[in-house]
Amino acid sequence: MNISEKQQELVEELELFQDWTERYEYVISLGKRLPAMNGDLQTGDRLIRGCQSQVWLEADCVDGKMSYLADSDSVITKGMIALFVRVLNGETPEDVIQADMSFIDRTGLREHLAPTRANALTLMAAEMKKRATIALS
Amino acid sequence: MSDLDPYALRPDFPILSREIHGKPLVYLDNAATSQKPFAVLNASRDYYESYNSNIHRGVHHLAQCATAGHEKARETIANHLNATRPEEIIFTSGTTDAINIVASSLGRSNRLKAGDEIIISGLEHHSNTVPWQMLCERLGITLRVIPVFDDGTLDLVTYDSMLSERTALVAVSHISNAFGTVNNVIHICSQAEKHGALSLIDGAQSIPHQHIDLKVIGCDFYVFSGHKVYAPTGIGILFGRYDLLCELPPPRGGGEMIREVTFENTTYNDPPFKYEAGTPNIEGAIALATALDYVNNIGIDRISAHEHRLIQKAAERISALDGVTLYGPSDRAGALSFGFSGIHHYDLGTLLDQMGFALRTGHHCCQPLMARFGITGTLRASFAAYNTNEEVEQLGEALEKALRMLR
Repeated sequence: MNISEKQQELVEELELFQDWTERYEYVISLGKRLPAMNGDLQTGDRLIRGCQSQVWLEADCVDGKMSYLADSDSVITKGMIALFVRVLNGETPEDVIQADMSFIDRTGLREHLAPTRANALTLMAAEMKKRATIALS
Repeated sequence: MSDLDPYALRPDFPILSREIHGKPLVYLDNAATSQKPFAVLNASRDYYESYNSNIHRGVHHLAQCATAGHEKARETIANHLNATRPEEIIFTSGTTDAINIVASSLGRSNRLKAGDEIIISGLEHHSNTVPWQMLCERLGITLRVIPVFDDGTLDLVTYDSMLSERTALVAVSHISNAFGTVNNVIHICSQAEKHGALSLIDGAQSIPHQHIDLKVIGCDFYVFSGHKVYAPTGIGILFGRYDLLCELPPPRGGGEMIREVTFENTTYNDPPFKYEAGTPNIEGAIALATALDYVNNIGIDRISAHEHRLIQKAAERISALDGVTLYGPSDRAGALSFGFSGIHHYDLGTLLDQMGFALRTGHHCCQPLMARFGITGTLRASFAAYNTNEEVEQLGEALEKALRMLR
């Protein structure tokens, strides 16, 4: 499955939910399931600035494929990162850089987010792409 | 004194009937800003519709009406605070502006010198911290901080021992915006005076909740923002003792604040105008006086008693929830801060928002206080005259639902 297929799959999954409670419960469950990051890795250089909650991002490129590890002290934020990680993990740095991350607008989640949190999502997507650019250079 | 009926007040506040995400708004973010009644909205509108004009020096009728409205507002505010004279009331853009004006004027006066000390408390908002830090850095003054006990009250025994002939100023909040702690400002100001220090009370959180009598408090400066007390944003008050206002140099130059200008020499106007360079927020001043009239028509003591009942009920309801920590002393005013173990305040705030609740999450512009308690923030419910018992009960139920979703 390529990036846009994975995005479409996610959009369809989220369309199944009737109301905000179910949608949020789903995001929360994703947040809880995303493996916690080792505390040693939660350092300032992995922290994404500009979020109300703390978000750490670690990226690696193994055999030409990106691999992301992320964590947050907020479980909803973590659930949001999990969506991004699911879409971008295992993709080549070139594909990650090219990816259109505005798919999140089609999930109906953004309208439930405070502007500060929606902004944090944009920052997160930008940061994930930045790591892919670093992996290429 | 009859109990205040919030349901009788609610129709005065048009915003309270709106819905958020399809649910009735429950507005519990009053410590950040209060909502505005029709009386205040109409006063602003009436000013622009009927007598908008620049004040002072105008010979024409409208200018005289606007000047009269503006100066009448000053009198209303002086009376509300029990100031000695209206000239002690300076219009500012808000609390932050007022504190910066005092810092700027004091910084240019000969009252401060290197080696002096300014005392603030560990409960302070950044707006009553950073202006003093900046001043201290510029003049080589030391900033000292009154410690906070675990129950969110100030250690006043230590405060007493911190005072000395080096103390130039004590600047403390009347009520903590983060924890709702009511500080013993009478003691704080009288002790400062004994040591020859000036005192400034940040009244941003006390003006909407308490009867303020500046002669009883005994401070040299008292500052507050209009928007916390049902008035618009962009208007605030600096009260200063008249002799001090005469003595201190003006913080800013411009029109209104001068007596005579030549290119060689400029002389300054008397207080309050010396501190009000430029065209002021005329409509804001008038609307603020209207807001205080609105409060006085209801009765500040009735509002105070009503809010006290609400906050006690909220504390009782929320303290029954699993894993909760309540911050601040049991006798709070205005705001109730709390958190749940293992749950991020931001997640709770997000879910409450979905249910129509407006609460504040985060550090409440008190990062040093949050650090003192080893937390990154809290969830804060803060109350106004129009809040109801029913809303407190709904908050309890909404919190239960949000906690179920997050656990």
